[in-house]
Amino acid sequence: MNMMSEAAVEKALDKSMSDAGLKMIGKDVSVYYGEKRALFDVNLNVRKNTVTALIGPSGCGKSTFLRTLNRMNDTIDGCRVTGKITLDNADIYDPSVDVVELRARVGMVFQKPNPFPKSIYENIAYGPRIHGLAKTKSDMDRIVESSLQRAGLWNEAKDRLQEPGTGLSGGQQQRLCIARAVAVSPEVILMDEPCSALDPIATAKVEELIHELRTNFTIVIVTHSMQQAARVSQRTAMFHLGNLVEENDTDKMFTNPDDQRTQDYIMGRFG
Amino acid sequence: MSTHITSIYDEDLKYLTRRISEMGGLAEQMVAESVRALVNADLALAQKVISDDTILDDAERQIGEKVIVTIARRQPVASDLRELMGSVRIAADLERVGDLGKNTAKRVIAVASASLPRQLARGLEHLAELALVQLKEVLDVYASRSPEKAKSIRERDNEIDAIYTSLFRELLTYMMEDPRNITPCTHLLFCAKNIERIGDHATNIAETIYYMTTGSPPEGERPKDDTTTSFGATGA
Repeated sequence: MNMMSEAAVEKALDKSMSDAGLKMIGKDVSVYYGEKRALFDVNLNVRKNTVTALIGPSGCGKSTFLRTLNRMNDTIDGCRVTGKITLDNADIYDPSVDVVELRARVGMVFQKPNPFPKSIYENIAYGPRIHGLAKTKSDMDRIVESSLQRAGLWNEAKDRLQEPGTGLSGGQQQRLCIARAVAVSPEVILMDEPCSALDPIATAKVEELIHELRTNFTIVIVTHSMQQAARVSQRTAMFHLGNLVEENDTDKMFTNPDDQRTQDYIMGRFG
Repeated sequence: MSTHITSIYDEDLKYLTRRISEMGGLAEQMVAESVRALVNADLALAQKVISDDTILDDAERQIGEKVIVTIARRQPVASDLRELMGSVRIAADLERVGDLGKNTAKRVIAVASASLPRQLARGLEHLAELALVQLKEVLDVYASRSPEKAKSIRERDNEIDAIYTSLFRELLTYMMEDPRNITPCTHLLFCAKNIERIGDHATNIAETIYYMTTGSPPEGERPKDDTTTSFGATGA
């Protein structure tokens, strides 16, 4: 009889699990800034085509964890990451990994909109150009248009593509940055408080965009706004003092969280 | 439980708890008075119960408004949100209890002319006592927020149902004995049903409290011993 060993079955199951849902896997992730330990053995998985929100009080490690996902911490002196993080089951901290290529696959949008001091067109075209994604001018035009379309900015920007990106309003600039991140066809988009500098209407537009982008991308978002986490995400992870306290379905997290610290934090109570 | 960072939020929640306790106290009083009015044929007391009902109606509306405003202003989550939704449900149940007391009081006039057999009055009083004990206990559980006690109240509703069933049989017997009993006995049957329904509302409240405190509905079917629905079906 042709029977698989128990270990082989388990391995096959693990693989099918990750194929079905897990885009990134963080295992025992710790981060040190020099002597100071900022993250303690975090085990957190990021599901494919899902918006995962990271919440927690200031200094809890949520942004630190976010930055480990595309090795942004590499740029900080004295920062050390231990544990294992995989993207499609490949270790992103492996010495053979090209960090530039990794960041094309795992893009990032920051708190403050930071367009390049160039035209709207060039803001989008820059990434595809350095990654060699467009062979001809018309290829590039197509990428710029589709990226602006996806970021919901095309109608507002199509007649002013040669104007500086910095001339847009704050909300438009943030959507330009999202378009720029989308232009290199990443698989995962990391967002570090993308709406904290925006007014409620611009925030609603970005949230609508996050909802649409989820079909094609996997999104991880750090937010200080509990309501935003509840509105945009399907999974929520709560950090506290460098530890992952709880990770759960967003519906469960905001109606009946398992951990008392999560409960106190989201309800605005003293712990 | 720890308090909110914004203290006025706690004030909002305390307001709701206080108003619901007040509603509970009044509903309890109305039910007790309606049954006393019925047994003693006390028309003045019956009239008082009828007019007290508007106080409960107003309280329910005010609680609903407070909940709407609190949700709009504070975007409550987790147990705060369950607490607010629970307040609306409990206020609605208590308002219904008041309505049932009022309905019993309205029937006092119709029944007052007929002399009530002592045994039947005792049966109704006993039924009301049980319903009132259940209502009182559930209000205590509301104050203590104990999911275990909420669960035990829910499991006891069958006592009331059993007595209701036996009253139902008794009233049928009186009606068969003498057709002149039919009118007062029909009113009494409605009164008994009103009281039995109060037990159901107390059980609803117990379930709501269980959900408010634990975040999940109580498991299993609630016990049911009201077998009057099948009376006569087999020609009995």
